[in-house]
Amino acid sequence: MTGTLRKRDVAILLIGFAFLYVPIALVVIYSFNASKLVTVWGGWSTRWYGALLDNAQVLDAAWLSLKVAFLSGVFSTILGTMAAIVMSRYGRFRGRLVFSSLIYAPLVMPEVIMGLSLLLLFVALDMDRGFWTLLIAHTTFGLCFVTIVVNAKLAGFDRSLEEAARDLGASPIGAFFQVTLPIIAPSVIAGFLLAFTISLDDFVIASFTTGPGATTLPMRIYSQVRLGVTPEINAISTLMIGTVLALVLFGFALSRAFRGGGGAVGRA
Amino acid sequence: MQQSLVRIDGVSKHFGDTTAVDNVSLDIGAGEFFALLGPSGCGKTTLMRLVAGFETPDSGSIVIDGIDMAGVPPNRRPVNMMFQSYALFPHMSVAANIGFGLKQAGMGKADIAARVADLLKLVQLEKLGQRKPDQLSGGQRQRVALARAIARRPKLLLLDEPLAALDRKLREETQFELMQLQRDLKIAFMVVTHDQDEAMAMAQRIAVMRAGQIEQLGGAREIYETPATTFVAQFIGEINLFAATVERGQVMRCAAPAFTCRLPEPMAEGTAVSLAVRPERIRLTRGEPQGGEIALSGQVMDSVYLGDVKVWRVRTDDGGLLRVSAVNSGNGTDDIQRGERVHLAFAESDIRILPR
Amino acid sequence: MSAGKPHRRKLGTGQRVLLAVPFLWLLLFFAAPFLFVAKISLSQAVAQRPPYEPVFAWSEGWNVFVEKLGQLSLSAYGLLFEDDLYLASYLGSLKLAALATLIGLCVAYPVALAMTRAPRSWRPALIVLAIAPFWTSFLIRVYAWIVILKDEGLLNHLLLSLRLIDQPLQIYATDWAVLIGIVYSYMPFLILPIYNAIDRQEPQLVEAARDLGASGLSAFWRVTFPLSLPGVFAGALLMFIPAVGEFVVPDLLGGSDTLMIGRTLWNEFFANRDWPTASAVAVIMLLVLLVPLLLYERNEMRISETRR
Repeated sequence: MTGTLRKRDVAILLIGFAFLYVPIALVVIYSFNASKLVTVWGGWSTRWYGALLDNAQVLDAAWLSLKVAFLSGVFSTILGTMAAIVMSRYGRFRGRLVFSSLIYAPLVMPEVIMGLSLLLLFVALDMDRGFWTLLIAHTTFGLCFVTIVVNAKLAGFDRSLEEAARDLGASPIGAFFQVTLPIIAPSVIAGFLLAFTISLDDFVIASFTTGPGATTLPMRIYSQVRLGVTPEINAISTLMIGTVLALVLFGFALSRAFRGGGGAVGRA
Repeated sequence: MQQSLVRIDGVSKHFGDTTAVDNVSLDIGAGEFFALLGPSGCGKTTLMRLVAGFETPDSGSIVIDGIDMAGVPPNRRPVNMMFQSYALFPHMSVAANIGFGLKQAGMGKADIAARVADLLKLVQLEKLGQRKPDQLSGGQRQRVALARAIARRPKLLLLDEPLAALDRKLREETQFELMQLQRDLKIAFMVVTHDQDEAMAMAQRIAVMRAGQIEQLGGAREIYETPATTFVAQFIGEINLFAATVERGQVMRCAAPAFTCRLPEPMAEGTAVSLAVRPERIRLTRGEPQGGEIALSGQVMDSVYLGDVKVWRVRTDDGGLLRVSAVNSGNGTDDIQRGERVHLAFAESDIRILPR
Repeated sequence: MSAGKPHRRKLGTGQRVLLAVPFLWLLLFFAAPFLFVAKISLSQAVAQRPPYEPVFAWSEGWNVFVEKLGQLSLSAYGLLFEDDLYLASYLGSLKLAALATLIGLCVAYPVALAMTRAPRSWRPALIVLAIAPFWTSFLIRVYAWIVILKDEGLLNHLLLSLRLIDQPLQIYATDWAVLIGIVYSYMPFLILPIYNAIDRQEPQLVEAARDLGASGLSAFWRVTFPLSLPGVFAGALLMFIPAVGEFVVPDLLGGSDTLMIGRTLWNEFFANRDWPTASAVAVIMLLVLLVPLLLYERNEMRISETRR
């Protein structure tokens, strides 16, 4: 399309994106509200952030969530990249249909079903619920997101690049690490960030699969929200939004750096 | 031919129900410039990939430099390949691309740098070592791909449609450069191409492939002048093909255009054959031709001016259709126009008899 | 060229390992758990740990196993049919999810279309803007709507001070709030597939339609829109399926009379500690979602196959 943006289209974009962003912006703005009443503006203040720092429960939960998000992000990325290679490279093997069904289904599976089923598995296996079961649960759906992201990149990947590396003396593993991985790195990083943030956000599945003593940040936020809207929640929310924003920007910069000279991949 | 470098013996390769390579046997000599020529889907690329090690033959053997390549992965073969897409690593500089194979071989950094500098000089890209592939022109990328492929001094260099991505002017220039390079390096080259001009210009020997099999193997002159099959005759250059039948031992009768000619060797009566005559071997005149040859007459259907040559299509009075061409030499026949009545003549020795 | 025809390949040892690790992981942690859900849905709730019986233990031997098989019962499913709550929850979920998907499509389509009409240089930024909310916490995005929609919330505050209304609007804790919440939360899932489906189309198609005498509007309805339907379909499924099982939105924005099956399951499990009933609810929910799930799977696979 040629880019004939008319006034009507501009208006639609403005309204559409306003719908997406105004609610988030309000949370961020009101986190700096000095007033204890959520709807009354009492001037700028950072007092609720200060209050957060004294809230050991929230800090513990945040630390747990970050640990789980990071580790499950790493595991998801490794497993998901493997699965993406299988999806894009193996052609039609026996069980391909089952395999790709297993990749796609968790993306839409209602969270209550996934949470309940994982919990019942952990109970049946007699596993203590807590950090490790959280990690397993988050890795399971995280890996599917990574697979989708990396597979999309691998689908457009020129296989003769790998063959050239093999032809020039690289082993299969050498070709993967020297040629394939650096080229798909931006999507691997994007996959990691996606798995990380989804783990950080997850409330429903975590509620099912965690145990006493391992309360994640979303669970903490949820129980506070149930008690009523408070400026403190605005502050936590703003910090989470900020963390994710910083991560995404960092990820963008990182993949830029990997890509080096620019968008050469598509052309090669 | 010098001593054999590559010996392909009875190699077949199937993909599902399709047979890509069908019982092919072939020898390539050390230092030879060899071409695999054929239309797309004829199996030439698969044959090359079998030699490179990217595919495994279903049967038969490939021996390179006296060693059976069965089970030898691509990275351990004394063969390198220049890919059709060039397959330059987009995340590496030109120098890193060229040095990639040397690094895999465990060569030291300083040695690699020296060798890469030599290669850059050889392909005249001295100043571009630090560029990324996407900052190069098509011709420059082709040179980088070439330099990278010869960096490891392979015994055999495989070139997959090496000139296909270049525009016409550059293609001819590069063609001569490749030939020069091949003579200097004394490496055997195996080129895969669908372009007959490319194969004929560069290669000492050409294997014409069709449906997984080699139809004919020989020098450029041989496959053009004495094609073994109607396929080769039609694939290489333009040709007129007439259906004919052997009569009374020594004579062939052709129906359209109607003429008879003598057989050089006796054949069984009733054998159906194809007669092939190159368009440039047929003379086109306004007046009666000289005797002792096969003479026909007809009307010009089309007259095409191509600059260096002129091409006519002539419908003979008995319903045959012939293609005739002549060098644009400025003599009287050059201006024969559509609709004119003309005479055609060719010698019996210009007829090639092919199995039908 | 002639290589790479589709055919079944034999896999090498390294390739098998690469396949086996994620495959086994998903079989164990995604597929196998459904067996336990099915099994426990046939059990009975008891006040002990774990809160159901029979409990199978491998050590008890074959005879005990067979004996316990006899204790399995359909009583949890019986409850589902006896109590109207469950049927109402399923119907409520389907109704709200379908309505939200429809409203969402009506909002997302114009936005996606306008995005494809933006100058090329804006597109990456617009795409990032459309996806970014997906990266921010779901819980927080739903929470934001509590702040806005509450009786003493920002929306009522604004409307009252503008004197547009004199009584606060009752949106919070109604099905309307749930609809708004679902539409809002799943918006990125809709915009992106539709955008891709329109952006993939050859611009010449519309030009050809115009050249053949179609007006701008009819070129859209007869060319662009029908060609974008696969994207609409993909986005709708991507939103509808998880929305049916949604818990957070109805729980935080809905009223006590907002019946959605995800919330009912949650309450059975956490409030009533009735694991067999919660499992039976999940089994029936899966059956209800089976057709959309299969459609979604087929759609995704077709898309990924054509991309290769």
